Amino acid sequence: MSEKRATREAFGATLIELAGEGLDVVAVDADLSGSTTTAKFGAAYPERFFNVGIAEQNMIGTAAGLAVGGKIPFTGSFAVFATGRAYDQVRNTVCYSGLNVKLAPTHSGITVGPDGGSHQMLEDIALMRVLPGMRVLVPADFTAAKAAIRLAAITPGPFYIRLGRASVPVIYGDDYVFELGRATVLREGVHVTLAACGVMVEQALAAAAELELEGIHAEVLDVSTIKPLDVETIAASARKTGAVVACEEHSIYGGLGSAVAEALGENAPVPFARVGVRDVFGTSGEPAELMAHFGLTGADIAATARDLLIRRR
Amino acid sequence: MTEGPSAVAEIGARAARMRYDIIEMIAEAGSGHPGGSLSAAEIVASLYFGIMKHDPARPDWPERDRFVLSKGHAAPVLYAALAEAGYLGRDHLKTLRKLGSILQGHPDMKKTPGVEVSTGSLGQGLAIANGMALALRLDGNPARVFCLLGDGELQEGEVWEAAMFAPHHGLDHVTAIVDHNGLQIDGACTDVMCLGKVAEKFDAFGWEVREADGHDVADILDAVSAPPTTAGVPVCVVCYTVKGRGVSFMEGDAGWHGKAPDAEQTTAALGELAAAMEAAGAMPHAPHAGAGDASPAEGSAS
Ligand SMILES: Cc1ncc(C[n+]2csc(CCOP(=O)(O)OP(=O)(O)O)c2C)c(N)n1
Ligand SMILES: [Mg+2]
Repeated sequence: MSEKRATREAFGATLIELAGEGLDVVAVDADLSGSTTTAKFGAAYPERFFNVGIAEQNMIGTAAGLAVGGKIPFTGSFAVFATGRAYDQVRNTVCYSGLNVKLAPTHSGITVGPDGGSHQMLEDIALMRVLPGMRVLVPADFTAAKAAIRLAAITPGPFYIRLGRASVPVIYGDDYVFELGRATVLREGVHVTLAACGVMVEQALAAAAELELEGIHAEVLDVSTIKPLDVETIAASARKTGAVVACEEHSIYGGLGSAVAEALGENAPVPFARVGVRDVFGTSGEPAELMAHFGLTGADIAATARDLLIRRR
Repeated sequence: MTEGPSAVAEIGARAARMRYDIIEMIAEAGSGHPGGSLSAAEIVASLYFGIMKHDPARPDWPERDRFVLSKGHAAPVLYAALAEAGYLGRDHLKTLRKLGSILQGHPDMKKTPGVEVSTGSLGQGLAIANGMALALRLDGNPARVFCLLGDGELQEGEVWEAAMFAPHHGLDHVTAIVDHNGLQIDGACTDVMCLGKVAEKFDAFGWEVREADGHDVADILDAVSAPPTTAGVPVCVVCYTVKGRGVSFMEGDAGWHGKAPDAEQTTAALGELAAAMEAAGAMPHAPHAGAGDASPAEGSAS
């Protein structure tokens, strides 16, 4: 658990592996290839890498054309621009026709840090989740990010893979398999379920450790696939523990919390709470400071869980 | 408008001081964008201290000329100008990019006095400038709108949608200024996505195009302040600049687009910039009163 790596580091490296294995992958980036790490792929496979310049709409459109032509295009840029700026291209060109385009932008969430609110994307899961045919993956560590990119490459159709800038602990071993629509039970418990994704998995594990000291046994789920959602595992855990906290580095609207609430409401209604950014934009600051500022730390999750358990009584 | 030699020298001195502030604030923040802030120092100094009519004591004065920093990542050059003019106390500069600061990583109109509109997502500023200009015209307000764009930024399609709009609507009170430093993040613009002939492109879109040495204040003042030659035809000034200008090891190096210098580099950079300040006859910083009791900036009478 000591090693820390950013999920974005998996991007270029995995594309190089896939191309080496003979997959017809190509990458399209928009003047951020150093930050996204697609430049590494570009250095290894210059003929398979295209930099459109600062033109995210063009990036998605070009990727769409490459997909129509039978290639497996991955796109870069930052989450805010890849989903926000190019939304209509993603909707009407990629998803409407179910094209084989894989969006894997980096710099999602507030852990972007000092660049501030204009660059901290907190609505991307919501935007991508509502698109018919789009699969939404939020890997929690470097290993999961590699596996997610692999899975997207071999599974036809549009994918959104949410990658981050900040280093996070590596929690999975090399035997980890990313299964579409499968949540991972990272820790079993009986009193409350903490359903997390991305950087919040680390925080949820910290919260579970804190709660354990008080005799509260929390179950921790890594919900790495937001769509399709593992309704079965989430509902089963909810029935067992009787309380669920959803934890995400995203707006409380439209993301993991909403997806889990929908699943619980229809399948296993139990007391429920959300930890996430509460309908505000981000702001400049260091990632760790911002996690505390927006109430996203393990301590915040633990506090939310305690409140929920009191409410349930 | 032709400024006398003393006004030109004074603006040059202010630009030199702003460069010092830019490096100092980015070093203190530990992150930020030095390259494109330094390349725009004379352009922004010329606007605030030689061209725009504005009053730092009244950031919301209706008749003020407006500035839109479309290349929002160059926020430090704007903050340096706002501090130099007296919109902000100089103390704020060392809070850049920190939690709770009024100086966000990218300009935020809700937090910083003197920032007309929030930017940071490239390609959107010219359209905003056009909208502001339409509103001014509807109100019979004679103020002008100046928009500073990066050259890499010109790769965004929205820039050209807006470039088509301004001449169509006769927005001759909009002035687009391109900081043509030839570099973006991933390298030279010609290598990443060739811009072609920038001046000719704006000309083809219906603008009156002027070119200037973006580090020559007299040249900038001439090109930017003269009103459009033809009524209804907006002016675009393409300024040829050097990214990272003023710090020898940052000049012309895309690697200095978006990273802060370390302690040793900061000392070296500030040494060079202090020498340049002295050569430009710039007084070292006087403690600044900040907004409120600051007097109108030079150039505000024009
Ligand atoms: C829409 C959008 N895409 C990408 C970015 C990330 N980005 C910030 S600065 C920059 C390069 C800007 O180059 P240029 O316009 O030439 O600016 P300058 O050289 O003056 O710094 C990029 C790609 C952004 N801020 N907005
Ligand atoms: Mg440039």
